[in-house]
Amino acid sequence: MYYDPFVLPFTLGLLLLLGYLLVKYGTWFWQLDAQDKKKIRYRLLTRRTLIALREIVAEGLIHRKIFKVNPRLGYMHMSLAFGWFLLIVVGAIEAHIFVKGSAPLYFPIFFRYFVPDQHHFFFSWGFAQLMDLLLLFVLSGLFMAFAKRFNAKTVGLKKTTKLKVVDKFVLTALWLIFPLRLLAESLTSGYHNSGGFLTGSLGAVFQYLFPTEPFIYPAWWAYSLSLGVFFVGLPFTRYMHIPTEMVLIFFRNWGLKLKVNNPVLKAVEIYSCPKCGICIDTCQLNELQNTTKSQSVYFIQRVRNAENYRELAENCLLCGRCESVCPVGIDLTALRLMHKTDFSENKKDQFAFVSERTNTADVIYFAGCMTHLTPTIKNSMEQIFKQAGENYWFMDKEQGACCGRPLKLAGQFQAASELVSLNRNMILQSGAHTLVTSCPICYKIFKEDYRLPLRVLHHSEYINELLVSKKIQVKKSTISVVYHDPCELGRGAAVYQAPRNALQFASNVIENGSSGQNSLCCGGSLANQSLSENNKQNIAHTTVHKLTDNNPELIATACPMCKKTLGAVSAVKVVDIAELVAKQMIVKPVHQKQKAVSVAEFA
Amino acid sequence: MQTKTIAIIGAGPAGMEASASLAKLGHQVVLIEKKASTGGHLNNWHHLFPDRRPAKELLQKLKQEVNHSNIEVMVNTAVHEVKQNDYRYELVLSEKNVINANAVLITTGFELFDAAKKEEYGYGIYNQVITNSDLEQLFQADNLAAQFKKPVKRVAFVHCVGSRDAKVNNHYCSKVCCVTAVKQSIEFKERMPETEVFCFYMDMRMFGPYYEELYREAQEKWGIVFIRGKISEASQTRDGSLQIKAEDTLASKPLRMNTDLLVLMAGMVPAEGNEHISRQFKLAIGDNRFFKSKDNHFDNQLSDTPGVFLAGACLAPMNITDTISQARAAALRIHEYLTN
Amino acid sequence: MWGYKIITTNQIDYDKNNRAIRNKILALEPSLRICIACGACTATCTAGNLTPFNIRRMNVLLQRGEYDDLKSELGKCMLCGKCTLVCPRGVNLRNLILKTRETLLNDECHVL
Repeated sequence: MYYDPFVLPFTLGLLLLLGYLLVKYGTWFWQLDAQDKKKIRYRLLTRRTLIALREIVAEGLIHRKIFKVNPRLGYMHMSLAFGWFLLIVVGAIEAHIFVKGSAPLYFPIFFRYFVPDQHHFFFSWGFAQLMDLLLLFVLSGLFMAFAKRFNAKTVGLKKTTKLKVVDKFVLTALWLIFPLRLLAESLTSGYHNSGGFLTGSLGAVFQYLFPTEPFIYPAWWAYSLSLGVFFVGLPFTRYMHIPTEMVLIFFRNWGLKLKVNNPVLKAVEIYSCPKCGICIDTCQLNELQNTTKSQSVYFIQRVRNAENYRELAENCLLCGRCESVCPVGIDLTALRLMHKTDFSENKKDQFAFVSERTNTADVIYFAGCMTHLTPTIKNSMEQIFKQAGENYWFMDKEQGACCGRPLKLAGQFQAASELVSLNRNMILQSGAHTLVTSCPICYKIFKEDYRLPLRVLHHSEYINELLVSKKIQVKKSTISVVYHDPCELGRGAAVYQAPRNALQFASNVIENGSSGQNSLCCGGSLANQSLSENNKQNIAHTTVHKLTDNNPELIATACPMCKKTLGAVSAVKVVDIAELVAKQMIVKPVHQKQKAVSVAEFA
Repeated sequence: MQTKTIAIIGAGPAGMEASASLAKLGHQVVLIEKKASTGGHLNNWHHLFPDRRPAKELLQKLKQEVNHSNIEVMVNTAVHEVKQNDYRYELVLSEKNVINANAVLITTGFELFDAAKKEEYGYGIYNQVITNSDLEQLFQADNLAAQFKKPVKRVAFVHCVGSRDAKVNNHYCSKVCCVTAVKQSIEFKERMPETEVFCFYMDMRMFGPYYEELYREAQEKWGIVFIRGKISEASQTRDGSLQIKAEDTLASKPLRMNTDLLVLMAGMVPAEGNEHISRQFKLAIGDNRFFKSKDNHFDNQLSDTPGVFLAGACLAPMNITDTISQARAAALRIHEYLTN
Repeated sequence: MWGYKIITTNQIDYDKNNRAIRNKILALEPSLRICIACGACTATCTAGNLTPFNIRRMNVLLQRGEYDDLKSELGKCMLCGKCTLVCPRGVNLRNLILKTRETLLNDECHVL
């Protein structure tokens, strides 16, 4: 029987960790609502589970997404995670082959101690080399992590996260694991004249310098202790992300979604954050002076530590830039939004003063509150509707109610739902088959929360359809235009191509360095409650600067808020897609199939 | 006394008046103007506040003054590059003309705020929306009523368009718009007595002599109604007329009003070329983006660069009275500089 | 009995008013200080056009320590943000409304 007391720290640590995880995940599962439990039951034995497993390998071990964003950082994570994983797997195989059967849990970990000589079991020499290679792989990543602590630029990050005390303690244990393993194995190999290219050579050097024998036993103790401390400390640190990310991947693939009223998914997402800090560099608030550090990693940290996170929750553009680069795929915007509900009162029956009125039409046009401050957009849309011969109803032409999304963005879900049902009734009574809106903020809530049995289109999509089907025609201008993706339309609702297509009909679209998923926020965000006017303009300045990289003659966007915010600071003219298309539109006499909607409108 | 040359950049009232003063003091002046004619914004104005003196009268006087043997006027000329050697400035102008100046006076003035930037007011969108400058042009015609396609039964003036507005990054007050609105509203009423005239203001800033009296006359004699509230937006109603929204803050109630004409009192912004000039002469720019003088009490006409002087609305929004005073003060400071 | 009667005054009693609430709100949203009461916010406000909810008036009263009317009206705001967009001073009105609403509803120092 292979046993020595030094295996205890490791074995007990591992058992404690497994016990903790069992209880923690068990509780989470138990707290899931009936609907989610049902989903899991139905989907457990489907392809989704296999896809999840594949994702765990790709993301949890190989860290494919981090690689895409930042290859150096990707290598660092991969060498640590995948390297360690391979060490465990190959070590287990080696041990299995050696004992020709099952061995205790700790045996493969301390294999070199129990089997120090070159035993000529199957492929023993190869195993020794392979294990050394893997150890070297892990150590290279460790070296990078070490360098990152002192200089974030080593791995191509501008800023990295700050750690709390327990994190530092456990981090030290983690950092010691592999150097201690190297030390213990090298000392053992040196004494027994065995080992692979790394441990063998290093051991020989040690042996040449001093008698290694007295140090072997303490080194194995230290190795086991570092493992034990790491395992026991793990639940209290960010390393909890290692096991939790797997849970998240399963949940996501089984179709479980964040819910305001259920704590489980929120907790799973929060514990899945590895604090890699990729979200910091991508955040535009980073460039501002005198603002709280409210980037997602800090926010999650506060929530996890049960510290006051209110200021952080409110100082966020909810632009989704961090979410689009998060390697774990945490729903950062939704997560933050849901935590905003913790601070907002939910009163009912606040909006009784908004009277319901409706009109029958084929198409409803909902301009949105902001659009009333950019009249060119709504006027252009009316011209386009008329040219297309559409029987439309301008729903919020006068005194319309807000769509509800701004309330939601402030965490007032209940109040928002009141406006949703109010507007929804009006929309349904109209009998329309399509709803067109000019505001991406409205668009998002119409799409996500209204559950409308009709087509919801942003005006850029609608205009694109009209152009493709030749219901309207435009004269193409040679003017060069750069398109600014509004956050709520692009990252928020994945509408990237339709606006570009529509623009291409009427002008010459050029791209800039940060478009599509990478596009910048204009700064006008309704979500950010605390940003000062001055800082909004600072963000807008930077965005305009980047947008005009390739010297466009015009900046086009598809959001009244973006238009106003960018227009205030831009030397290059900012227009909306609707404006540009209406201006280039070939006006022909229209077949008057529409009824005289406008007259009866508010009767 | 050896003749010294002074280059004056910008031939508006400030540049012209300073040229005349310096010429009288025996200096040689080169007056450089980017546009085709001298006179600056005076060319676009019909009458001036508060006495409603015709702008032409001033223009004629200034033109007579610069018609002097010591003054060379160069129109259609821009300053491309400036080189400084010792106490002389070498100005490279359009068509590669070069002049050497012992001193330079900058009188580049202002530009009118582009009212289209306040999209919510509908300038360039609705044809019922015009600016103060547009209205002055209309006043040149004998028959004002004939200038409008539809009868104008009501007109509303909006104060502070592009001034005192953080949203367009103009925090300053343009000073002259309040009294211009009062003057224009009276002139409107004189020409079209049947028209109702409203002024929407945030604060009435009647800072000059006889301005307050003009304000009172507008109320007393012409029945012009002043409503304290900033208009938030203008929109077109179903019948095609223009509707404006404001709060009547003194009544504490939102107010809406249909109007046939909306006149936007566009404020002053620094001239576009000022940035180029500031780089060439290494001049400081203030937070308000106008030029910054060395000392706003004693050396208001001096810049931080020796031999480079400043006068008029390139320093801050100001009326013609102050502009002319500053031009003369600058002439004196330049004279002192060159004779010491 | 003594010939005295408590007369409710129509004045803003600046000294008696509880300014602690105002100070708290000002700390939460300092941009309230720069309001020049132009009324553009009220003009553009949907709720303000349909109900007595008046942002500009609320701001002024708040700064004087008068809260009586605010509580019932504040709930009508739909947070659409138009007021913030038209404010020439750059007052963060949307946040001000949120913070005022919350302070008035939750604050223990609120004595009415």
